[in-house]
Amino acid sequence: MSNQYRTSNSKGLVNKEKIINFTFNGDSYQGYEGDTLASALIANGIHLVGRSFKYHRPRGFLGAGVEEPNAMVQLHEGDRSEPNIMATEVELVEGLKAKSQNCWPSVKFDIGEINNILNRFFPAGFYYKTFMWPKSFWFKVYEPFIRKAAGMGVAPLSPDPDRYEHNYEHCDVLVVGSGPSGLSSALAAAKNGARVILAEDKAHFGGSLLNDDVTIGNMSGREWASDVISQLKNMPNVVVKNRSQVFGYYDHNMTVMFERVSDHLENSSKYTPRQRLHYIRAGEVIVSTGSIERPISFGNNDRPGIFLASAAREYMKVYETLVGKKPIIFTNNDSAYATALEFIKNDIKPIIVDTRDNSDGQLVKEVQEQGINIRFNSGIANTKGHLKIKSATIGTLDNQKENFISLEEVDCDCICMSGGWTPTVHLSSQAGNKLKFNEDIDAFVPDKKRQKETAVGSANGAFTLDQSLAEGFQVGFELSNKFTSNDIKTDTPISNEPDQKPHEKLWCMPLPNGQKPKRFIDFQNDVAVSDVELALREGFRSIEHVKRYTTLGMAGDQGKTSNLNGLQYVSNIEKKIVPEVGHTTFRPPYTPVTIGTIVGREVGNHYLPTRKSPVHTWHEENNAVFVAAGLWVRPRYYPRGTETMNDAVNREAANVRKNVGICDVTTLGKIDIKGPDAPEFLNRVYTNAWLKLPVGKARYGVMLREDGMVFDDGTTSRLSENHFHMTTTTAQAANVLSHLEYYLQVVWPELDVNVLSTTEQWAGVAVAGPKSRELLSKLFPDVDLSNEGLPFMGLVDTKLGDIPARIYRISFSGELAFEVNVESNYGLHLWKKIMDVGSEFGVQPYGTEALSTLRIEMGHVAGPELDGRNIPYDVGLNGMVSQKKDFIGKRSLSKDAFVSEDRQTIVGLVPVDKKSKIPEGSHIVVDDKAPTPIPKLGHVSSSCWSVEYNNPFSIAILKDGKKQIGKQLIAVSPLKDISIPVEVVSSHYVDPKGERVRS
Amino acid sequence: MLEIKCPYCGKRSQNEFSYGGDGNIKRPALGEEISTKDWDDFVYFRDNPRGKHTELWQHVSGCRQWFKASRDTATHEIFSTCKMNEDFNE
Ligand SMILES: [Zn+2]
Repeated sequence: MSNQYRTSNSKGLVNKEKIINFTFNGDSYQGYEGDTLASALIANGIHLVGRSFKYHRPRGFLGAGVEEPNAMVQLHEGDRSEPNIMATEVELVEGLKAKSQNCWPSVKFDIGEINNILNRFFPAGFYYKTFMWPKSFWFKVYEPFIRKAAGMGVAPLSPDPDRYEHNYEHCDVLVVGSGPSGLSSALAAAKNGARVILAEDKAHFGGSLLNDDVTIGNMSGREWASDVISQLKNMPNVVVKNRSQVFGYYDHNMTVMFERVSDHLENSSKYTPRQRLHYIRAGEVIVSTGSIERPISFGNNDRPGIFLASAAREYMKVYETLVGKKPIIFTNNDSAYATALEFIKNDIKPIIVDTRDNSDGQLVKEVQEQGINIRFNSGIANTKGHLKIKSATIGTLDNQKENFISLEEVDCDCICMSGGWTPTVHLSSQAGNKLKFNEDIDAFVPDKKRQKETAVGSANGAFTLDQSLAEGFQVGFELSNKFTSNDIKTDTPISNEPDQKPHEKLWCMPLPNGQKPKRFIDFQNDVAVSDVELALREGFRSIEHVKRYTTLGMAGDQGKTSNLNGLQYVSNIEKKIVPEVGHTTFRPPYTPVTIGTIVGREVGNHYLPTRKSPVHTWHEENNAVFVAAGLWVRPRYYPRGTETMNDAVNREAANVRKNVGICDVTTLGKIDIKGPDAPEFLNRVYTNAWLKLPVGKARYGVMLREDGMVFDDGTTSRLSENHFHMTTTTAQAANVLSHLEYYLQVVWPELDVNVLSTTEQWAGVAVAGPKSRELLSKLFPDVDLSNEGLPFMGLVDTKLGDIPARIYRISFSGELAFEVNVESNYGLHLWKKIMDVGSEFGVQPYGTEALSTLRIEMGHVAGPELDGRNIPYDVGLNGMVSQKKDFIGKRSLSKDAFVSEDRQTIVGLVPVDKKSKIPEGSHIVVDDKAPTPIPKLGHVSSSCWSVEYNNPFSIAILKDGKKQIGKQLIAVSPLKDISIPVEVVSSHYVDPKGERVRS
Repeated sequence: MLEIKCPYCGKRSQNEFSYGGDGNIKRPALGEEISTKDWDDFVYFRDNPRGKHTELWQHVSGCRQWFKASRDTATHEIFSTCKMNEDFNE
């Protein structure tokens, strides 16, 4: 029999014509379109959903929305499996699969429940006290135990197949929540012409208007809500979003909203995202987030079948679902009587237990008129029923309401409790609002605001419909007036709702004589009244300490139903008023957000942009193995046949030394520098002199930071009197540009210079090797490439066919070499031409590995040496430092430590056995067997296989390096368990006099 | 995420900007004789005030201009921004 717990007379929002099939713990069930997973389960009489976190107690549903602490399930299977989902927030969709979590082997028979029987051994602070010693037990015994016992859902191990999106929005007024105050403020602001976004977490708009029997104007509350929504949807200045939770409020009125776009759809288009994250920068935020009902603490108040009274009403009125057929209503206020009336409407007579001595509120009278006897001055002491509530022990309270006078056991199948209402102040608190305690409602409400945020309606403590609507219309109008000059005020409609009498300040029932059942405050973290008592007995006073010791309010629900009851209990014991006890600060997110939504589309290759040279397709077609260089993708080497990486790199590098090789150097940073003060500017930026560089010449330059450390290097050429072309390393291109802009705009604004990145405008090909001149002479027959025609560090503008090209005589490999630049779009053409013409000279492409080998052999420094920790002296660039002029960072170079003789300097290392490769990052020591810590003399920065000498070679930064040349030391890599005896040599291993580049 | 008003482009989200540190620092003039202590103060030492602070920002993903911002380091309130050659209008 299915759906046996449906209402007979409540008119809800489910579509009984459309049946939806789903499974729970492997069993098949049916619900209706419009159900949540929670309402469909309850309609099928399923209340046992999971096990509690600490004691593994059977748990069911407490609420009907975001406040739900218990009913967490694992949804779906395989790579879409999702843990810790509130069943109350899941819309039922055909084929949905859900199962219980935190139980083994099944939810009905759970081994972990022994924790419940042994619960006197699991008091507050249990983990802190027990798992402290012996230390060695932590990894082997305690941690595995805690993980197994305390685990909740299970995260899937495979990548998320769904698509998520981010969206950025701006509006004048963001309204969060579509209850009476939210709808009225959105309507008032929209009619006044402001750009409005209205966000509602649930599928249906209306908030409390869906659950309360009220009238607004000549309509029911529900009709008025749908009327306002259809008005708003027709206004061009309004965006209305359901299934959208504004969960975070950040600086400068940046709010973040989580939209469930297609979770509720049986079939969604491939291109529809599953969920969406909206960053909304709002001029003003109206917080109309409503309020959440408070539970009451009494013995075994956590059994499946014990609900918040408002949730029971919502299940009836919205989902046409009965939480039970033999209900007990337990309350300290009038609002729960509306739930009683809804039961009565469905021909069910509830038992009503009210802690108060009396009430003559309108709802109470209506219930009494139905002939129902109300048990005033009474409370629930305890309950029975292992997997589902069966009975309650109801008692009469004494005058002080501190003890039960008489007790009576009453059968029931559900309890609907109400301890009054707590305004949902989370967003205001996140916005920096200092809350204040309102003693009329015994709850915190927003007070002094720090940002442009205004709470209205019950989120602001206004619990009557009149107040909510009046505040909404007023605030919506006033705030929208900041953005428009229309000054159109919308009248507040007349509303009608039953009046309510004050609640009683009683949220914790006394214990029944001789019994000590657990009275839970925080259901999700299993914190009971006795845990709070223990914390206070042990001397914890600050609410922040009590919270951490007991974990009260620290679960995923952030204490939505437990914070105030905890505070209230502490204040009762401490004999303080609640505001003196204080409250904790709320943090985003208000409700859980999927990681997929936070990440959005920034996954895989979309995580960062990928930069490719115009020659990239050629590299791909020619078997290049690629490597990431910052955002760039560069060819690392081009293996042939069965070559290993080492084979390929050695072949490529040797071919440069012997014949000619070409390398794609498009990725080098390029900056165009123009202006009458450009030479002077370069003179300040670089350590060497620039004023007299002739037009048509390039020069190598080194730039420092102000602290004297080498920042970057590269060649810069003078194209005309006031026009320079700077190159930077691939890695530092963006930083160098910012650095130049900083000095031009902030430090020396008087210099008339303009800088502009031209990295993307030029494609560059390095042509290196003894046959490079012959090759290029064939490609550029009209250009004199001889040593006289184009000497080292010269440049010439020419044409490749019709294409403008520039040839630089510069070298990174240490060989005779040129670099040809053409406009980016012609890069591939240039590359192919060189390969064609070069075949007779044995041209081969070489990748970044061979490029490194060639420069390491020559002792040329690069990124690993210019790591921000070395001054020019350290890396053999002291000759580049002008003594005649000042430049950025120069003053630092004369500090004592920077002129010390025994500074670390660059050297070469060759393994004594001429075979062992020295891992980069190895430490250099005198004696690797010395007691630790072994004094470290330096480290290996770059390593290669020298193709010139056919043995390994490394560059190292070594203390007092110049004096160590000729000595034997040891390179150690403890992580790889490697010790290699090495001989210290000059870092200029090949062609130390630099004759080749000038040949 | 802060909302910062670039004096050239208008209000933009923080993720278009990069922070440039204390805006009160004046680099010693080129060639100026300066003690090691004064130089170290310039290179390394910065105040870390709680409250109103003059800072530099660069609109890196925009017009690439450096500019000054007067910001409260505790509340993140930005009182004013101005071009490098201007004074705050407050
Ligand atoms: Zn800008």
